[in-house]
Amino acid sequence: MRSDVSLYDLSAPPSLDAALAILAKEPGKYTPIAGGTELMVALGVGRLVQHSLISIQHLRELRFIRVDDKAIHIGAGTTFTDIRRSQAIAEDLPLLIQSASWTGSIANQNRGTLGGNICNASPAADTPPALLAYGATVRLISASGTRTMPYSDFHLGYKKTVLRPDELLHSISVPRDFSDYRQYIRKVGTRNAQSISKIALAAIAKLEGDTIADIRLGAASLTDRPVRCSATEAALQRQRIDGANLDATVRAARAALATEAKPIDDIRSTAKYRAAVAANLLEEFLRSL
Amino acid sequence: MNTPIQFTVNGNRQSVDVPPMKRLLDVLREDLHLTGTKEGCGEGECGACAVLLNGELVNSCLVPALQAHGSRLCTIEGVSTEGQLHPIQQCFLERGGAQCGICTPGMILATHHLLDKYPNPTLEQIQEGLAGNLCRCTGYMRIFESVQQAANTISP
Ligand SMILES: Cc1cc2nc3c(=O)[nH]c(=O)nc-3n(C[C@H](O)[C@H](O)[C@H](O)COP(=O)(O)OP(=O)(O)OC[C@H]3O[C@@H](n4cnc5c(N)ncnc54)[C@H](O)[C@@H]3O)c2cc1C
Ligand code: FES
Ligand code: FES
Repeated sequence: MRSDVSLYDLSAPPSLDAALAILAKEPGKYTPIAGGTELMVALGVGRLVQHSLISIQHLRELRFIRVDDKAIHIGAGTTFTDIRRSQAIAEDLPLLIQSASWTGSIANQNRGTLGGNICNASPAADTPPALLAYGATVRLISASGTRTMPYSDFHLGYKKTVLRPDELLHSISVPRDFSDYRQYIRKVGTRNAQSISKIALAAIAKLEGDTIADIRLGAASLTDRPVRCSATEAALQRQRIDGANLDATVRAARAALATEAKPIDDIRSTAKYRAAVAANLLEEFLRSL
Repeated sequence: MNTPIQFTVNGNRQSVDVPPMKRLLDVLREDLHLTGTKEGCGEGECGACAVLLNGELVNSCLVPALQAHGSRLCTIEGVSTEGQLHPIQQCFLERGGAQCGICTPGMILATHHLLDKYPNPTLEQIQEGLAGNLCRCTGYMRIFESVQQAANTISP
């Protein structure tokens, strides 16, 4: 049933500092709302439990794409459309562009933010696999300061993150020099446009001759949260992919992935299907190298 | 608690006093009686409620009223001028791009947004631009043809 909107409160603090001060004053009372493409759906079906919200959608301080020598820094309030319009991201981080273009329809991409995609903490979200494969870091901000950490440490469990109630995600920084990496991303869903993935894999690898010198894998729906597949990466380091060795490398990769695949069963798919398709995607990437 | 909210709709300044989390869709339909904007799913899936907010296509069922404060909105009522159908509307009529009409306001606004970006879109661009607009009647082919004809009419 539809919610009674008169029971909900929403304000728009004039600045990031003002928003952080409100969050700090009564931690846990207020929920930030950015593009609203998650929270407004919950409101529409009567499932929005948080009744006091503050809008961060208009905050310029959270909506930016800055490029320096080492990294591209993306404000949490950056929309998918902003990302798709960025020449720098298109050149350096093609997997991020690809995943942004999958995230719902054009109307959703005009509102939905990168920060909302990450903080909503769905295991199936589209941008996390690319961010994990690229080794992104996140910057969290509160009235008492900021902290940064590898994005791979951000998710603690199903819909659980390290964010404290007084904190906001400020930005995501992604290293930019992947020009000598092969890059791959694939999402398996029911329909190309705006379908939530059953499973997705982002992968980048650097080769020295026939040997894998570096490989990084990020996956959606492989476990209860977006994950970097560290065990599989370790199993693939220094493995050879020439004709004589490729089959053995693929077998080792599939076996390693099976040890870290702990998918959930839900209405979109079963755990068994997800684990099998993830291994197929990894094999597809390795055979394409 | 109600909050005063002002914006421009189809060139007219409007003020409403509504709960800040009220869906923009409901403000348009209930408070401003602009019922051309339709509700299909109420979940961001169907695009029947699409409007232009500062020139960007958005689903008004997912926009809290307060987030539209100070914005410039265009709804289907603002697409035609002085009783003259917009070429996009004319082409949907001629090509059979509308049947029951529930999806049509959203389709027209999504087309508007698409042709702003790509005056001569490819079929792929049309399909992507309208992927968030669902139609249960036409089977889409006539809609794509309407969009193509509109593009040819506006930017020959
Ligand atoms: C029709 C439809 C299709 C969709 N398809 C896809 C899809 O294919 N792939 C996909 O990944 N997603 C999809 N989504 C989900 C959604 O659009 C994305 O997750 C989007 O990125 C959410 O961003 P938002 O700004 O709209 O989030 P909001 O709804 O504003 O917020 C989401 C959550 O994040 C929190 N939050 C937001 N910003 C911050 C911040 N800076 N700091 C701390 N917390 C914050 C909010 O409190 C809330 O809990 C779809 C949604 C719809 C309605
Ligand atoms: S009613 Fe808004 S998208 Fe369906
Ligand atoms: S014309 Fe009926 S839903 Fe499209």
